[in-house]
Amino acid sequence: MGSNSSSMNNIPNAEQLVQETGFSAAHILRLYERFQFLDKDDTGQLRPEDFGAVRELAMNPIGDRIISAFFSPGQETLDFASFVRVLAHFRPADSNRTRDGAQPEPANSSMGKLKFAFQLYDQDRDGKISRAELLQVLRAMLGMQVTEEQLQSIAERAIQEADFDQDDAISFDEFRKSLEKVNIDHKMSIRFLS
Amino acid sequence: MELFFNPFDNLVCILRISFTVWFTLLLVFIIVPAIFGVSFGIRRLYMKTLLKIFEWATLRIERGAKEKNHHLYKPYSNAIIAKEPTSLEEEIKEIRRSGSNRDLDSASEFEMSDIFYFARRGVESIMDDEVTKRFSAEELESWNLLTRSNNNFHYISLRLTVLWGLGLLIRYGFLLPLRVTLAFTGVGLLVFLTSVVGLLPNGKIKNFLSKKVHLMCYRICVRALTAIITYHDSENKPKNGGICVANHTSPIDVIILASDGCYAMVGQIHGGLMGVIQRSMVKACPHVWFERSEVKDRHLVAKRLSDHVEDKSKLPILIFPEGTCINNTSVMMFKKGSFEIGATVYPVAIKYDPRFGDAFWNSSKFGMVNYLLRMMSSWAIVCSVWYLPPMSREEGEDAVQFANRVKAAIARQGGLVDLLWDGGLKRGKVKDTFKEEQQKLYSKMLVGTQEDRSRS
Repeated sequence: MGSNSSSMNNIPNAEQLVQETGFSAAHILRLYERFQFLDKDDTGQLRPEDFGAVRELAMNPIGDRIISAFFSPGQETLDFASFVRVLAHFRPADSNRTRDGAQPEPANSSMGKLKFAFQLYDQDRDGKISRAELLQVLRAMLGMQVTEEQLQSIAERAIQEADFDQDDAISFDEFRKSLEKVNIDHKMSIRFLS
Repeated sequence: MELFFNPFDNLVCILRISFTVWFTLLLVFIIVPAIFGVSFGIRRLYMKTLLKIFEWATLRIERGAKEKNHHLYKPYSNAIIAKEPTSLEEEIKEIRRSGSNRDLDSASEFEMSDIFYFARRGVESIMDDEVTKRFSAEELESWNLLTRSNNNFHYISLRLTVLWGLGLLIRYGFLLPLRVTLAFTGVGLLVFLTSVVGLLPNGKIKNFLSKKVHLMCYRICVRALTAIITYHDSENKPKNGGICVANHTSPIDVIILASDGCYAMVGQIHGGLMGVIQRSMVKACPHVWFERSEVKDRHLVAKRLSDHVEDKSKLPILIFPEGTCINNTSVMMFKKGSFEIGATVYPVAIKYDPRFGDAFWNSSKFGMVNYLLRMMSSWAIVCSVWYLPPMSREEGEDAVQFANRVKAAIARQGGLVDLLWDGGLKRGKVKDTFKEEQQKLYSKMLVGTQEDRSRS
């Protein structure tokens, strides 16, 4: 193992990642070191268990969901490029982005961040947050501190408020509408020091 | 024929003379002062010179990087991402305030945006977290001519490379053999002399001699590491019948403390060389060594420790309550065992100066021998020791609160961050209670208001 003298040369597809995610080269380097740190057995891939090394994540009520957000369905390993692409969602939004219709929506735009948050709720990725899924998230965030009834009533109220087409589920558009006024960029961004 | 033998004889002669000179110097400058506990001040002079060289080296690197117009890789001293120190409640309220049409009073109900808070916190911790940071070696701002602590070394000019090469030569060619010799001498003397003292009948003379022997050997070991230690507030030094408690960064902590005072060590009996040392030490004066099987039995451990402290003729016990080595930027949770015994606690703070060599032992990365070699091939180990005034458990305070109070005092004095986390987290899993705390806080926000509403 030993200490790694990382430079951009060690990182596969570094240039491409900088373009794609918008992270600076220095930030990519930092994240690479973090990736290597989490990759205890040096395989170049992360598995869900590797995230267990992060104590504060284990303490987070939706820690498991966040971990699975990194792994595409069916995938059991995570390479550095995918790791960075997910983290790109949390980059502060670029202020002077020209709206070019041909370019894909960047991960760190409000839309990208909303999609990430939506997926935390919508675990089966069917495009809707069902009542059952909402209850699951609520149970995770509240644990044993509330009764089943209280949980049901909270979920009921939330669905009533957001569900416009009355199909007892919250679609992505309904989700987006209900969060129109929230300053998403501010709340879902992580800033690097330096 | 004669011509052939002469140069060989000369060589042998030269070798013999140089060895004699070497050993005399060793004796005069290192071993004799160790015996009497005096110092020539050579080490401090050495330290000052080194600092000047390091400053120069760092400036050169910065200049080199600027010339090439590259972004210098600045090691982060504490965090790589900006974390807001707001609480769960504050943050969630803020998220809702910006997004909600309703007034604040009824805003404490579940909102879909609440998940933003947890998601962000979670990803923040994936990118950079407090606890695992403590278990990896501290990164330095300046370069101390050791490649192991430098990530910028493609910016080094020729002059610096030469200096570095010279440093390498000095460290491995001169300092390392010197230190290894001293280490062997120190350990050897310790084993031998304590066994000799052990033959004496118990009494004042034995205690006196045992103290002298221990101190002398530890001082030799200190010189073997070129440790430059500054002791503060020595009037608070631990007394008999007390327990000395200190923060733990490396096994060297023991040598550092024991070279300034006499302590009874506590620990598990090991096999091999360590075991030999332990067994001979206990012949000269009573230390508290446990067999592996006894370590599990908490009551037995507590009983033996309290028996020891009650006997006022026995030396104060030295304990490291964190239970594991931390990287010397913070103090982690103290295990409450030593605080339950009820004796006076003498806290000690140890802070290493990382500019000269990182003393932290990352036991998952390096074994003991590897670690010692690294220590002995560093420039020096510079540290400060503060003896804090004694503390006792107060009325109505339980062991955990007492432990935290002591921990806070040590952290404050040593300039270390006082963390709530358990050092055992290095290896173990987070207890579910921490997750529950988060859930409790959140549910109080939501359900608390519903209760109020049903009441009115």
